[in-house]
Amino acid sequence: MSDVSTTHEHTRTSSPAGGSPEDLHPGQLEDIVQLICPDGARTASPGFDPWVADVTDEDLLGLYEDMIVVRRIDTEATALQRQGELALWAPLLGQEAAQIGSGRALRSDDFVFSSYREHGVAYTRGARFGDLLSFWRGTTASGWDPYSIGMATPAVIIGAQTLHATGYALGCKHDGVDSVAVAYFGDGATSQGDVNEAMVFAASFQAPVIFFCQNNQWAISEPVGLQAQRHISDRAPGFGIPSMRVDGNDVLAVLAATRIALDRARRGGGPTFIEAVTYRMGPHTTSDDPKRYRPTGELDEWAAKDPITRLGRLLEGRGVLTEDVATRVQQKADAVAYEMRAACVALERHPDPLTVFDQVYSGPHSGLERQKSQYAAYLASLDGAQS
Amino acid sequence: MTEMTLGAALNSGLRRALADDDKVVLLGEDIGKLGGVFRVTDKLQEEFGPRRVIDTPLAEAGIIGTAVGLAYRGYRPVCEIQFDGFIYPGFDQIVAQVAKLHYRTRGAVKMPITIRVPFGGGIGAVEHHSESPEAYFAHTAGLRVISCSNPQDAHSMIREAIACDDPVLFFEPKRRYWLKGEVSDDADGLPMGNARVLTEGSDVTLVAYGPLVPTALDAAAAAAEDGTSIEVIDLRSLSPIDFAPIEASVRKTGRLVITHEAAQSGGIGAELAAAITERCFFWLEAAPARVTGFDTPYPPAALEDAFLPDLDRLLDAVDRVMGRRNSLTGWKASA
Ligand SMILES: Cc1ncc(C[n+]2csc(CCOP(=O)(O)OP(=O)(O)O)c2C)c(N)n1
Ligand SMILES: [Mg+2]
Repeated sequence: MSDVSTTHEHTRTSSPAGGSPEDLHPGQLEDIVQLICPDGARTASPGFDPWVADVTDEDLLGLYEDMIVVRRIDTEATALQRQGELALWAPLLGQEAAQIGSGRALRSDDFVFSSYREHGVAYTRGARFGDLLSFWRGTTASGWDPYSIGMATPAVIIGAQTLHATGYALGCKHDGVDSVAVAYFGDGATSQGDVNEAMVFAASFQAPVIFFCQNNQWAISEPVGLQAQRHISDRAPGFGIPSMRVDGNDVLAVLAATRIALDRARRGGGPTFIEAVTYRMGPHTTSDDPKRYRPTGELDEWAAKDPITRLGRLLEGRGVLTEDVATRVQQKADAVAYEMRAACVALERHPDPLTVFDQVYSGPHSGLERQKSQYAAYLASLDGAQS
Repeated sequence: MTEMTLGAALNSGLRRALADDDKVVLLGEDIGKLGGVFRVTDKLQEEFGPRRVIDTPLAEAGIIGTAVGLAYRGYRPVCEIQFDGFIYPGFDQIVAQVAKLHYRTRGAVKMPITIRVPFGGGIGAVEHHSESPEAYFAHTAGLRVISCSNPQDAHSMIREAIACDDPVLFFEPKRRYWLKGEVSDDADGLPMGNARVLTEGSDVTLVAYGPLVPTALDAAAAAAEDGTSIEVIDLRSLSPIDFAPIEASVRKTGRLVITHEAAQSGGIGAELAAAITERCFFWLEAAPARVTGFDTPYPPAALEDAFLPDLDRLLDAVDRVMGRRNSLTGWKASA
């Protein structure tokens, strides 16, 4: 199999609207991998098709169901926030294909280091719903045990996790195992020193790590053009890291690209950078108001490239997504939402105040023990005052 | 005199600073069109243009480091750090560069940089959005560290910070952004480096700053109902600390309670307790008491009421220094 994934090596076989060379940004190749067009047509890509040749219609339907389910999770969580059950939520709306296509390519012994928007990836790793929400409900410092699902808890400090992924990957390499670490981060994150340092370290150590950048066009109110004057994927080769730019709303293209990167990493070929070009269709978080900065029309433009709609069209065309099947998928999504809501409201809102001292250290700490016993005495004195 | 919120007072102070001196430039994430996540820079980019109010790429080291270069070039950068917990990527630039350049260049280079930091908890936020990192900076030579607690001070202190030739860490009490108060252009003119006595009292001196000043005032009001007279002092400047009014107060009351949201160990309260004990040892009737956040990470929202000093914890400390029954020492004045 030819190495299709070095920058600019692959050729585009489908032509996005307005993609004639004259329309392109000067000095820049319009170079994006797409296997499913927004209208649902399957386009050929000699470089990428072999990597998804084994994907059956049944598999595609599975990916479709995954995307419907995580969009439903997202809608339900947003509703839970509006109803006061969650303090905050960072919607993934629009980024389902980027997260499902990559997440489903991983093995259980791979390890994900994500930011705060990768609920879809967490779903593919098998995160329990309560664990997905407790952080956002404000009841615990984080949800799942990272080792139980092969995924670190979300990093809120922008970009920090890319270094963690690199170190984890270095450990895998030293241990002689072929597990891969995957760092998820945004377009905004690529400006942080940590992300650039991670690429230097990963290239220097030839660490089996994938840098998976979801370029959703925005970092809160800042458009990607403020962070990058060229395609983000263009940066990696300068660090000695091969990169790919894929249509992040095309689940099959994302799957193919991730498989290529995983294969390289497992075979000792080192890091790969993937820029998944997608769009944040919702607000940055439930506290944000995109009306203050999003140009009119932009949302509609991207809605026309919706990741779920296009796979739905493909599957309908193939007779796989019948009305019955669609109903079954929707029922599954609704059941998941129901289960998630129940898990959310079951989360303890008023933990014992003394648990504020728990888990700060792995063993006793004399200073903290003293504060804890003083606080316990204080709480007891309040009880005394009440009775 | 106009009534406005603390956030609006900062916005108005920044607008004045931008209008008064064309070397003043604002830098930060989402401060342009969005007006900052707390809207403190609302409309300023529209008014002064994108060269004066600059949306930066997402990198705090980048924000502070480029501010250093701008300052070298004669500008007065005002950097916004979006939330307290995001200052750490810029920490190296602040501590190793901003703080030391005047010293390193033997006074040749000035660093009139203001770093605005919304800080503190109480807003039910997720991790990294509720921290109180002020002690790190008060511990660093070369930085001035101040915090406002009301709209009037917000308005005048931000302008003074920007006009100051030294770097200033300006801590904004984020849960008080919506606190309303009168603001005038010519307030009492108390310099930003000075502490302010807010209520006169004879029994206990209670020192607070930033978000806990209103809490301290509430405690003083509650204590007054029980016949205890509390002198509340708003510290305002954490480096340098204006000790004179605190010393004078403690010589009168003989008792000191200090409160902050930041962790106790190595905090501003520790510095105050030590310094006042050194200076006023013979006037003290009781050991100074600290009411602070615990030496833990800031907890998830469901536990923040346990973490944050509140009225009852302040009154418990007042009882302690008054030698009344309290949770820590029973009937004794010291542990
Ligand atoms: C070090 C740091 N600085 C600032 C922030 C505040 N912040 C949270 S998300 C965000 C934008 C991130 O944009 P991007 O990396 O594109 O990810 P997206 O939110 O689009 O998924 C910012 C500035 C932060 N969390 N951490
Ligand atoms: Mg983004």
